[in-house]
Amino acid sequence: MSTPSTTPALEIVGARLELGDGDARVHALDDVSLRVDPGEIVAVVGPSGSGKSSLLAVAGALAKPDSGIVRVHGTDVTALAKSAATRFRLTTIGFVFQSGNLIAALTATDQLRLAARLAGNRTADPAALLGSVGMAHRADHRPDQLSGGERQRVGIARALVNDPSLLLVDEPTAALDRASSHDVVRLLAARAHEAGVAVVMVTHDHDVLEHCDRVLEMTDGRLGERVLAA
Amino acid sequence: MFLGLRELRFARGRFTLMGVVIALVAVLVVLLSGLSAGLVNDGVSGLKAMRVMSFAFDKGTITDNAFTRSVVDDEQLATWSAAPGVRAAEPLGVSIVNGTTDAGRQVDLTLFGVEPDGFLSPAVSSGARSAGPGEIVVSQTAASAGLALGTKVTLDRSGVELTVVGFTAAQATFGHVDVAYLPIDTWRLIASGSAQAGAPTPQQIGALHYPYSSVIAVQAGDDATLDTARTDTAAGTMSMTRTEAFNASPGYQAETMTLTMIRAFLYAICALVVGAFFTVWTIQRTHEIAVLRAVGASTSYLLRDGLAQSLVLLLGFTVLGVAAGVGMGALMPDGMPFSLEPVPVALASIVTVVLGLGGAGVAILRVTRVEPVTALGGHR
Repeated sequence: MSTPSTTPALEIVGARLELGDGDARVHALDDVSLRVDPGEIVAVVGPSGSGKSSLLAVAGALAKPDSGIVRVHGTDVTALAKSAATRFRLTTIGFVFQSGNLIAALTATDQLRLAARLAGNRTADPAALLGSVGMAHRADHRPDQLSGGERQRVGIARALVNDPSLLLVDEPTAALDRASSHDVVRLLAARAHEAGVAVVMVTHDHDVLEHCDRVLEMTDGRLGERVLAA
Repeated sequence: MFLGLRELRFARGRFTLMGVVIALVAVLVVLLSGLSAGLVNDGVSGLKAMRVMSFAFDKGTITDNAFTRSVVDDEQLATWSAAPGVRAAEPLGVSIVNGTTDAGRQVDLTLFGVEPDGFLSPAVSSGARSAGPGEIVVSQTAASAGLALGTKVTLDRSGVELTVVGFTAAQATFGHVDVAYLPIDTWRLIASGSAQAGAPTPQQIGALHYPYSSVIAVQAGDDATLDTARTDTAAGTMSMTRTEAFNASPGYQAETMTLTMIRAFLYAICALVVGAFFTVWTIQRTHEIAVLRAVGASTSYLLRDGLAQSLVLLLGFTVLGVAAGVGMGALMPDGMPFSLEPVPVALASIVTVVLGLGGAGVAILRVTRVEPVTALGGHR
């Protein structure tokens, strides 16, 4: 992974997004700009309803902003049609959801194999990837046989199987105890630094911010830089 | 079908329950199919065996039970025989009678009066074709009613005595009653009411003037110049093709309509139950589907995977059900009119699968309404 440093993995310029109707109308994103470089792990904190999920949706081509530009690895994803956006997510963006969100019917290996198959990726090596997140010994277990931390590790491995440029992580430690939380975020940071993947992680968990390169705070749809309390 | 197959294995309890319902529907469909075919054979196999194009009934005959109601005379027969495009036209006399064998058993018979050497005269598997007065050839199925070669049957009321001289090669029943073929002259003697008790004699037949039969059986020539409507007008008759004429047999329409309706309901139930199952199954997985779509699974992939999964389920359990149905059919008691024919059974199985797939398809279309963005924010 030798992405030229001139191309940011994620670049959002002046994004606005309004949600809801009438009185319930809220500025989910209010003139949000953000740049994340390859190999960088950025945490986004903020209260519930501050627009953190909208930021991930827009960055992940799951929702289009009302205005503004979103570029992922140089591609303007706001210009992509729905099917093209689906295809783009598959190959360029990895998602890690809250509590892993694995498919109940699939073993850890099959979670990765399915993601690789969807992308038509024949060179993926699920076994090696599971090994790299410390899950080789649980490769043949299904989600209901895994602990919360293990599920999250498999979720991270699944997100990485198609070598994405950008990893979008939604509350990865919400269902985890303290030790597992640190393990998971440390793993994310390590993958970001080793593989040159950009990571944007939305979290409530202030404990794990120490592993991140930058911390941003979101309030009422506005994004501001926050100094890490070291 | 990477995901679909693994889901079948993972949720095998739920899928097996659904599959058992599909299999039971398939069993019922097969049994009904066998019953329909059996009843149809029981009702009209006597007509099916005839190599005729159409039957001409007397004009104005009520369609229901038309074979025994209609009366045509020799003039109408002559008009048909002479019509262009007709290769041959022969009289057919139909009446349903009760009788007693010489062993004292009650028998019901449908008398088919035919020209002894005509095209309506059936092939026999044992004995001889009936030629003389009072000789009958009966359906092979009549053996179970106690008839054998040489058995004498005395008709109720008239006391006319008929002798079994042969059995047909195939089942020949009409209105669920075994057919007895006899020369048209003998039939006319019985139908005229002038027959005396005992075996009919050539003298009685020679003295009879009774130029009537029930219907005219028509064979068309190869050049097909036959104008049925014009000949009907000229002869004062109304024609039905052989297949249409099935409806003129006793009970035929009522039976087939009832069974067809039951089968239609079964198909509908299958489609609805499978649809309901896959609706619940899809709703249960809404969050998983959102995750898959967010990760990058296309709509067509999810649809294909879901349809392939339902197809595997439907095919597997329909095959099981059909096999069970065929096995049960083999155990049916003799008295039950049951006849399994490969084509209707195959058709019924295909319809079960196709309609089940339709029901599943409507349910699986739901995946297109799952928004991938709902994968974010966890379970709320």
